[in-house]
Amino acid sequence: MARNSILGVFAKSPIKPLEKHIRLVVKCSNQLIPFFEACSENDWSTAAKVRRKLSKLEQDADTLKRQLRLELPGGLFMPVDRADLLELLTQQDKIANKAKDIAGRVLGRKLEIPEILRTEFNTYLARCIDATEKAADAINELDGLLETGFRGREVELVEKMINQLDEIEDDTDSLQISLRKNLLAIENDLNPIDAMFLYQIIDWVGDLADLAERVGARLEILLARK
Amino acid sequence: MDILLNSGSTLVIIAAVVGFFMAWGIGANDVANAMGTSVGSKALTIKQAIIIAMVFEFAGAYLAGGEVTSTIRKGIIDASYFIDTPELLVFGMISALFAAATWLLIASALGWPVSTTHSIVGAIVGFAAMGVSTDAVIWSKVGGIVGSWIITPLISGVIAFIIFNSAQKLIFDTDKPLQQAKRWVPLYMFLAGFVLALVTIKKGLKHLDLHIGTADGFIYAALTAALVAFVGKIFISRLQFDETAELKTHYANVEKVFAVLMIVTACCMAFAHGSNDVANAIGPLAAVVSIVDNGGEISAKSAIAWWILPLGGFGIVAGLALFGHKVIATIGQGITHLTPSRGFAAELAAACTVVIASGAGLPISTTQTLVGAVLGVGMARGIAAINLTVVRNIVVSWVITLPVGAGLSIIFFWMMKGMFM
Repeated sequence: MARNSILGVFAKSPIKPLEKHIRLVVKCSNQLIPFFEACSENDWSTAAKVRRKLSKLEQDADTLKRQLRLELPGGLFMPVDRADLLELLTQQDKIANKAKDIAGRVLGRKLEIPEILRTEFNTYLARCIDATEKAADAINELDGLLETGFRGREVELVEKMINQLDEIEDDTDSLQISLRKNLLAIENDLNPIDAMFLYQIIDWVGDLADLAERVGARLEILLARK
Repeated sequence: MDILLNSGSTLVIIAAVVGFFMAWGIGANDVANAMGTSVGSKALTIKQAIIIAMVFEFAGAYLAGGEVTSTIRKGIIDASYFIDTPELLVFGMISALFAAATWLLIASALGWPVSTTHSIVGAIVGFAAMGVSTDAVIWSKVGGIVGSWIITPLISGVIAFIIFNSAQKLIFDTDKPLQQAKRWVPLYMFLAGFVLALVTIKKGLKHLDLHIGTADGFIYAALTAALVAFVGKIFISRLQFDETAELKTHYANVEKVFAVLMIVTACCMAFAHGSNDVANAIGPLAAVVSIVDNGGEISAKSAIAWWILPLGGFGIVAGLALFGHKVIATIGQGITHLTPSRGFAAELAAACTVVIASGAGLPISTTQTLVGAVLGVGMARGIAAINLTVVRNIVVSWVITLPVGAGLSIIFFWMMKGMFM
């Protein structure tokens, strides 16, 4: 009967699922904090448990991503460009993938963060996750943006959030530089392969913030079109 | 000619039954389109929607349905071709009713979005052009009607675009959207009440023998509208708001105000639908009754018999009461992102367009006008996703319905001729 009526004209909104997706992604990357806590306590069974949880969240995000893609056929008329929306979704999903990679690599090698770097690393990790949370905040404004027809004050609000996101990302960059410098100072005392992987993990954690920034950038493009 | 004198009352009864059935079908099926947006955006419960639809569909049909009924009755066919054979016109009109009702039934069963207006116009043109003579159709009028089917969705789209953008400017894109909503929403109510009241007073009340001058008409309309706005304001002031919600980012409170407005626009929509679509059922009936009552003389002047408009109104209400509940319930599900602030813009624009068309005597499609309005809001970037495939189906249904309605009515016409002559 629905096809017989005017309401068939309204397709399912992609905005709520998109918001749900980024919330899942952030929840997933947030698991890195308890994960690294467990690692630093050498509690590898807890770490494995947290990684499983993280991996499950990543899979959920993946499922949602696929579902959303299937629900966005070409014949939709939307206030934003479909290609931009799908690109944004892909970017969001990459954050979860990266978080899963980090946990997998660390657990696989039972890689320990050297005692001396631990506080600094935790600050750095927390800041990178801040960035993903900020990106999620901005994405969660999408329904507000829809209310205001993607114009006016609401756009300014979102742009402000994206600017804050950029600032957080800058922050993580400088944290990364100092962390690498401190790692360089002690790298001779470490197993060379561990040192290599430590550099890589630092890089990847930084990628979380980079990817979050890219989500913000995609959102900006989404708003700028039309 | 004898046939009209001998079995005139039989023919009137047949026409009345089919006309009632048709009105019933419009009530059961079509009304869902008029009320769907209100239910879909959760401004109304199904029960409320049914009650509003019953009252305002009937009011629209009775108070403002006369002009379109006249058009269907005598605006499409050149009566001078039937002076010697008025029975052919009677058969034709009954066949047209049969054809439209049959097509409506088939389409409803298959879930196709057809327009009753298009099927009845196609059917009348069909029997007149093929069964009698192509000259029997007033093609200029038909051209005007078909043209209006293209123009009215456009107009309502533009109006919806303007209304939605004005709401954005006045309410959403401000420091205090809630206060602004409380201030401006009654104005939209006034606008809705004014258009409806004006069309009713100027065009609809003719058959009630009330003669109201132009200036008086405007004053009465404004008074009615002011009353509507005042009552609306009282309801808005009684709303409970969640004060903890952050005004800057959360529009839930604003939408509550719009939900009140949407009750008003839902009334408008039901009224507009009644005023335009009742004619599809009772226009041909009115033609049959007037010919039979005049003993075969086709009079262009005679008024619509008093009982015809209420019959159509009751037919719609009966359809609603029996099946409307089920139909609206089915379509009320599955809607995810339609907030009252969009629904009202689309409904108000469509209702105004349809009511004005009713006043002008143009039989148009309510559904298509509403689709035009929805696209207008979409153009203003107000709706998360519009399914263009469905829009295309609705457009295709225009094109298909005309020849099908015409073909069916020709078949019924020949059958009736064979049976009675």
